[in-house]
Amino acid sequence: MTTRIEKNKFKSTSRRELLKLTPVIALGAFAIPSLQQPLLKAGLGFSDWASKVLFRYGHSATTFLDRELTPFSKFPINDYDVDDPGVDFDRWTLTVAGAVQKPGDYTLTQIQALPRFRQNTRHVCVEGWDVIGRFGGARLSDFLRIIGADLTARYVYVECADDYYESLDMATALHPQTLLCYEMYDQPLTREHGAPLRLSIPTKIGYKQAKYLTDLNVTNVLQRVGYWEDQGYSSFYGL
Amino acid sequence: MATHAIAIEDTKSGNVTEAVYEHPFVIRLCHWVNAVSLFIMAGSGLQIFRAFPSFGAKIPQKDLLNWPKSLAIGGWLGGALQWHLTFMWIYIATGLVYLGYQVFSGNYKQVLFVPRDISGVWPMIRHYFFFGPKPPVREAYNPLQKHAYTSVIVLAVLSVATGFAVWKPIQFSWLAWMMGGFHYARLWHFVIMWAMLAFVFGHLVMVVLHGWNNFVSMLTGWKKDPEYIAK
Repeated sequence: MTTRIEKNKFKSTSRRELLKLTPVIALGAFAIPSLQQPLLKAGLGFSDWASKVLFRYGHSATTFLDRELTPFSKFPINDYDVDDPGVDFDRWTLTVAGAVQKPGDYTLTQIQALPRFRQNTRHVCVEGWDVIGRFGGARLSDFLRIIGADLTARYVYVECADDYYESLDMATALHPQTLLCYEMYDQPLTREHGAPLRLSIPTKIGYKQAKYLTDLNVTNVLQRVGYWEDQGYSSFYGL
Repeated sequence: MATHAIAIEDTKSGNVTEAVYEHPFVIRLCHWVNAVSLFIMAGSGLQIFRAFPSFGAKIPQKDLLNWPKSLAIGGWLGGALQWHLTFMWIYIATGLVYLGYQVFSGNYKQVLFVPRDISGVWPMIRHYFFFGPKPPVREAYNPLQKHAYTSVIVLAVLSVATGFAVWKPIQFSWLAWMMGGFHYARLWHFVIMWAMLAFVFGHLVMVVLHGWNNFVSMLTGWKKDPEYIAK
């Protein structure tokens, strides 16, 4: 019952089968310098899009027991520049602008007047390490409401005393676990950890959790995404 | 499988060679795309690992190994993440096409390790590693090969599952939980990579040992004179 085939015919059949694999060569585009960056940017963009789709507003980050906390002394201090940018606490305000009804300077007392939430959550660094810390502060969503922010705007953008800057998608900004954090381990934030005010966002990677906040902007357009994002890191990086 | 055998006739010499179409086009395509993605995923993964080459605490940090930058892809953490987060989709898509094709075409029967293969594993190991007699070859894949190819598919699925647990430990908290938490998910992801690289090493050794005709079958699909066809 065996099919018989002439040798040359078999050779051309084999060649045709081999040529069918030519689409694999398309992957070689990643080796072409001028195409590599656009392709990787598109790939990262697709991952960010998928991250946005996978983010669930109603899903909370795991919280931990007090005995599971990483000791405060072993909570890493990560900066891009200096541990202490020398914020003058007496004159410090959070300057609010953008798509808000009540722009202007807000004091720490005004922020601390909002309901305080304390949570033990995992802080995951893009480098791969993770620690469990205790963070306390006001919900960013509560603050956005008192400043009359347009909650349909796309982003919340922040700037810091050390020239660091970051942005958050509105869905994450409104997440109940996203805090304007002024406490760690039930103590006022230390300078190294971002005093007087930092972000604590358990649903995001570490570099999103900007320290030493000075400015907050509600906006639909970002001139810059974030210090690390603008160097090639993921823009969304939700956990 | 022998039902697909054809006879190649050399009209000049009158010689007849048999050949079998062992690897369908989709499988070959997936194989080569996956070879590239696996290389990129491991290389960029090792560069990501270089940013924190440990599975312990950050303070104090004890490095597990200092992987050389020259054997990694991406140049820096951000670059490696771009490669990793791009090729993971290619890797996943290839895997889904492969599994889908194997299941719906029935081609999986050629390679899936099933209980009746168990008894044939030890004779093959004895043959390969301890100079034992060569067991008769009846199928395209011997029981040990089926075991290897089936295991590596399981590993591939686990590499994706652990990867998602590391990438999205909150949205896929159940996955991270199954692996013992984020910390362990990262460790498993790393261990599985080495298991897959060990497979690749063994696979390449066997490819070299089995020669050109066997290698070509993954390019054209056709294998000439396979051992399992009775003469």
